[in-house]
Amino acid sequence: MGEIRLMKGNEALGEAAIRAGLQGYFGYPITPQSEVIEYLAKEEPKYDYVLIQAESEVAAVNMMYGAGGAGGRIMTTTSSPGFSLMQEGVSYLVCTEIPCLFANIVRGGPGLGTIQASQGDYFQATKGGGHGDYNMIVLAPNSVQEMADHTFLGFELADKYRSPVLLLSDGSIGQMMEKVELPDPKPYKPNKPWATVGKPKNRERNILTSLYILSDDMEKKNIHLQAKFEKMEKNEVRFEEYRTEDAEIIITAFGLTSRISKKAVDVGRESGIKLGLFRPITLWPFPKKRIEELASKKEVKFFISVEMNAGQMKEDVMLNVYGKKPVYFFGRFGGIIPTPEEILSAIKSHL
Amino acid sequence: MKEGYELIYKRPKTLLDKRMHYCPGCFHSTMHKLLMEVVEELDIQDRTVGICPVGCSVFAYDYMDVDMQEAAHGRAAAVATGIKRMLPDRIVFSYQGDGDLAAIGTAETLHACNRGENFTFIFINNGIYGMTGGQMAPTTLENQKTSTSPYGRNSATAGMPMKMAEIVATFEKVYYVERVSCNTPANTRKARKAIKKSFEYQMQSRGTSFIEVASNCPSGWKCTPIESLDWIKDQVLPYYPLGVLKDLGKEEVK
Ligand SMILES: Cc1ncc(C[n+]2csc(CCOP(=O)(O)OP(=O)(O)O)c2C)c(N)n1
Repeated sequence: MGEIRLMKGNEALGEAAIRAGLQGYFGYPITPQSEVIEYLAKEEPKYDYVLIQAESEVAAVNMMYGAGGAGGRIMTTTSSPGFSLMQEGVSYLVCTEIPCLFANIVRGGPGLGTIQASQGDYFQATKGGGHGDYNMIVLAPNSVQEMADHTFLGFELADKYRSPVLLLSDGSIGQMMEKVELPDPKPYKPNKPWATVGKPKNRERNILTSLYILSDDMEKKNIHLQAKFEKMEKNEVRFEEYRTEDAEIIITAFGLTSRISKKAVDVGRESGIKLGLFRPITLWPFPKKRIEELASKKEVKFFISVEMNAGQMKEDVMLNVYGKKPVYFFGRFGGIIPTPEEILSAIKSHL
Repeated sequence: MKEGYELIYKRPKTLLDKRMHYCPGCFHSTMHKLLMEVVEELDIQDRTVGICPVGCSVFAYDYMDVDMQEAAHGRAAAVATGIKRMLPDRIVFSYQGDGDLAAIGTAETLHACNRGENFTFIFINNGIYGMTGGQMAPTTLENQKTSTSPYGRNSATAGMPMKMAEIVATFEKVYYVERVSCNTPANTRKARKAIKKSFEYQMQSRGTSFIEVASNCPSGWKCTPIESLDWIKDQVLPYYPLGVLKDLGKEEVK
C-alpha cells in the first residue's frame, strides 16, 4: 500500500509529479491552482527539480518547450485564462512532439470570470485550443485520489506518445481535501534520443522545429501526427460506468459532475427511476464506441448530459448516439455546482 | 592544395556546406559563420544548444551543425531558459531578430536578463521585419521608411527606436553587453571576439551575455549591400554606437 495522506487536490497533483520523477516545473500563479507551485516550492530543497515562477503563462509554456526539448520530465499547471495564453505553445509542443504534462484547474469564464469551479473549457481542451489539426490526451479526474493517479499516468502517456497530455480538472477538485493513497516514487529513466542536449561527434544534430515551409513536408508531418492520434484513440480510451447494466436513463458526466451524478443515480433508483451513469475519464480520446453501444440498447430511453457549462460534452455524446435516442442536457454555469436534487428534477421533466 | 599556396580562409567544420537562403550581403550569414567559428575554436560542438527565432533566421538550424530548437515568435529567451536550467553545463545561445526580441518577445527578454540566465543572446538588430517583407520594427530609425511607415517612422506615434543593449545593461545580473557590427572587416573581428568572450563567461557561469549586432537588411531597406554598409555607418551607428556597454569581467580584473 502506498502512503496515505489527507491532501488538497492541487497538492496531491504536485506530490504525485515529484514521485513520477518531475525534473522541471514552470508556472505562473492563478487561482484556483496556485497551491501546485506553492507545494513544489516548499518541497524543492529536498529534490533536484527545476522550478521557475515565470513572468507569464506565455513564458512558462515556452520554458517547458525548451526544457522538454532538452529531454526533461516537465509540467505546468494553470487555470482557464492562463491556459488560453498557453495555446500557441501547446500547438508548438504537439508539432515538435515534446512530451509534457499540462493541468488546467478550470474556473468559470468567459473573460476573467470567476475563481469558482467550472467545466467551461471542455471545447478548448478536446477540440484543440491552439491552431492547427491536433489532439491531446485529456484526462478528467473526479477526486483528489485521481489528481494523483492521473498525474502519474499523464507523464507516462506523454512519454509513450511523445506528446503533451492535459489533465482537465476544476477548482473544486483542486481545492478540496480528501484522503489520498500516493503512488510509490518511481525512478525516471528517460529514453529521448531526439532531445537537444548537444551533438556528440557520432550522431546527426537534433533539431526540434515545427516549421515545414514546403506544403508536401507539412502534409507528411500532419499524416504522421494523425496516425499517432489514431493510435491514441485505439489504445487510450478510458471510462467508468455505474449501474448502467439495466439503466433506462443514462447520465453522462465527467469530473466533478460525475460524482454528483452518482449520488443522483442512487437517489433516483430509490424512487424507482432506473438511472445509470456513464463517465468518460479520457475526454479525448472520447469513448465513442461505448456510447454508441449504450444508445443501441433497447431499454435505454434517453441520455442526459450533466455539466458545469452550456452543454459542451453533450455535443460529443450526441455525435455518438447517432440520433438513436434523445440527448438532453442539464447544467449550471459560472462556478455554480449542481445538486443531485436539481439533476433529478431535470431528469423527471423528461419522463 | 596547390604547391606554394596557403589556405588562410575556410569554412568552420561546424558550419554546414550549404547554400544559404539569406539575401546577398545580409549579415545573418556572416554572424552564422562567426558563431560556428567560435564553437569550433572552443571545441564545444557537443555541448552547444542553439535557439533560432521566428524571422529570417528561422532556418539557422539548416546551417549550424549543433543541436537546435526553433522557438515561437519572441519566445527564444524563455526557451533558452528552459534548456539552460535543465542542462546547466551546456553552452546555450538564442539567436533573435529585433521584431522577435524587442517587440513580441520583450517581456521574455527582459525577465531572462533580470534573472541573469546564464546564456548568450545574439541580437540581430536590422531595424526592420525582414522575413515578413520589411515592416517597421521597434528599432526602425526615426523617419526611416518601411512598408508600414511609408512616410518614415513618426516618433510622435511610434516612439523612438528602442536601445535594447542599453536597457538590458541596467539589469544587475546581466554580466556582459556589447554592440558590434559586421560592416567592416575590423568590426567583424570584434564581433567574433565578443561571441567568444560571451561563451567563455557562460562556461564560468557568470550570468547573461547580450551581444547586439547593428545589422543590415539590403532587401528590406531597398538598397544594395554596399549602400547598406553606408547606411549603417551614416545612420545606424550614430544612434546605436558600437562598443562594450558593460563587462563585469573586466571590472573584476581591474
Ligand atoms: C505569433 C506570430 N506573429 C507574427 C508572426 C509573423 N512574423 C514572422 S517573422 C516576423 C518578424 C521578424 O522580424 P525580426 O525579428 O526583426 O527578424 P528578421 O526577419 O528581420 O531577421 C513576423 C512578424 C509569427 N510568425 N508569429
